[in-house]
Amino acid sequence: MALTFSKIPGELLEKFNALEEKGKYPKRKSMLVPALHIAQEHFGWISDEAVAAVAEFLELSPNYVKGDASFYTMFFMDKPGKHVIQVCHNVSCYLEGAEDIVAHLERKLGIKCGGTTPDGKFSLVTVECLGACGRGPVVQINNREYHEYMTIEKIDSLLESLE
Amino acid sequence: MAEETKIVMLDMDVEGISSLSVYEKHGGYAALKKVLGEMTPDEVTAEVKKSGLRGKGGAGFPAGVKWGFIPKDKGEKYLCVNADESEPGTFKDQAILEKMPHRMLEGAIIAGYAFGATHIFIYIRGEFWKEINIVQRVVDEAYEAGYLGKGILGSDYSVECTVHPGAGAYICGEETSLLESLEGRRAEPKMKPPFPAIEGLYDKPTIINNVETLATVPAIIERGADWHLSLGTEKSPGIKMFSVSGHVNKPGVYEIELGVNQLDFIETICGGVKGGRLKATIPGGSSVPVMPAANCDCPLSFEGLQDAGSMLGSAGFMVFNEHTDMVKVIEVISRFYAHESCGKCTVCREGTHWINMIINRILRGEGAMDDLVTLQDAADGMEMKSFCPLGDAAAWPVQSFLKHFRHEFIDYIEGRKKLVPKYEPVGAIGHHKLVKPAY
Ligand SMILES: Cc1cc2nc3c(=O)[nH]c(=O)nc-3n(C[C@H](O)[C@H](O)[C@H](O)COP(=O)(O)O)c2cc1C
Ligand code: SF4
Ligand code: FES
Repeated sequence: MALTFSKIPGELLEKFNALEEKGKYPKRKSMLVPALHIAQEHFGWISDEAVAAVAEFLELSPNYVKGDASFYTMFFMDKPGKHVIQVCHNVSCYLEGAEDIVAHLERKLGIKCGGTTPDGKFSLVTVECLGACGRGPVVQINNREYHEYMTIEKIDSLLESLE
Repeated sequence: MAEETKIVMLDMDVEGISSLSVYEKHGGYAALKKVLGEMTPDEVTAEVKKSGLRGKGGAGFPAGVKWGFIPKDKGEKYLCVNADESEPGTFKDQAILEKMPHRMLEGAIIAGYAFGATHIFIYIRGEFWKEINIVQRVVDEAYEAGYLGKGILGSDYSVECTVHPGAGAYICGEETSLLESLEGRRAEPKMKPPFPAIEGLYDKPTIINNVETLATVPAIIERGADWHLSLGTEKSPGIKMFSVSGHVNKPGVYEIELGVNQLDFIETICGGVKGGRLKATIPGGSSVPVMPAANCDCPLSFEGLQDAGSMLGSAGFMVFNEHTDMVKVIEVISRFYAHESCGKCTVCREGTHWINMIINRILRGEGAMDDLVTLQDAADGMEMKSFCPLGDAAAWPVQSFLKHFRHEFIDYIEGRKKLVPKYEPVGAIGHHKLVKPAY
């Protein structure tokens, strides 16, 4: 099938194609979640452009793609700050003081949970169990690296280390 | 005195064991070689069946029996490795994925050989970004060494392998939702039957097994079913990895023979209770009933925990000391289920939401005794009446907290306690999935 991917930036298309080759999926639609991850990395969130690119690549309707993305908490359905701070506040992290970390971040950043600082640098959300409960409280940054055994002091130095 | 028994975790602390060469130096892939060289697929299934190996993902279904459900005819068949690990309190699969990924992969290839899998999918929760990369590297190494792909080690068995990321949804750990997610659909559970072994991924026969279940298989092949049966108890043969968190001095992942006494486990292996005396445990992840300290003198096994009023579940073992506010703990747990309910069926979607709202109202000091009746009704209304087991998982904690810690709810209702929320949670960017107390 000769498809021209008019809405997919070249660099992104390369990554999509690499996914297709490596994934060896029996059906292309199975690439939806991995492709959304790749698109989010490229555009920073599940923007209309990201939706359009994934939809075109997988020959799905944009609404279908958006409907699927919104099922998963890791997909940002709105433009977030540069660094999304994700604080686990499930049982084990709660026992170790996770709520104080969220409250401290709200105060320090001057935003509410779910918000973004006016300079667009930080967003703050709470997340459910990250699967590292013995090393809590746990904080994840941008769906990527985990920071474990967090304290107020460690949060402050983490904030400073984020450019 | 309780001791650790390292089988899956054997050599886990060896430097570089996540790489193929070091894993092979420590006996890695010997079981796969034995299977391909000396055993027929049916013999492998029979050995695992005989060993009594029970699934480690939560339900405890016998692994060999499940493999035996796969139809014998030729054609596409799939193995999905469940590495979604999202049950609160559970972090043992993460340890395997990070430190011992080849053992899981070796077990998966052996399982695949046993029932004729043509493709293995390793479904890893998206937050485990680091582990996804590790497992992808491990799969690449295995392809290069001829453990995956066409004609494995010169045999006529071939299998492909794909590492697949999730993206943050607890329900994807439920096996039919996992398949939906993998097929590119919203991950809502599907009706059973047909069971996945008959009609699973892309409507083809499919086995879903937990990471730890598969990582146990190589040892069973090497040492034999009788060896496995000699460990643990009659109904819970073998070993189990426990994820220990909360108020203990030594949190972490510990592998023990099933049947070890719970109090002994806490004292000798977990380093004892931190910050006071034991008030309660949740032994099997947030989905199982809470156990007050008075009931904790029991064996850690499927039957031992069930007789004592709880369940082994995923062995996500959480410990609470005497100063823990149990009403707040159940608020956190109920918030989790409200957040993670997929919304497909009414009792669970509405029940989880209202239960969390009512518990929040009680915490704020605005509850009434009637609320305890409503909570009980809402939980009873979900148990065994929901489309998938998440509804039960959301009901059991509520019922058990009401049963064992009713007086703590009453302290709030009668005004002796009050808890002002420190913030209003928002669990994702732009989803408005906010669970917000309405009154
Ligand atoms: C809501 C829900 C979440 C689940 N999450 C997981 C999970 O994260 N990991 C897992 O292995 N099994 C999970 N399970 C159990 C799976 O449905 C399935 O029983 C298991 O993966 C089978 O593998 P096993 O027989 O090797 O244990 C979950 C079940 C339910 C109902
Ligand atoms: S019980 Fe809950 S999670 Fe399961 S199908 Fe119903 S709404 Fe979805
Ligand atoms: S409770 Fe925070 S990682 Fe599990």
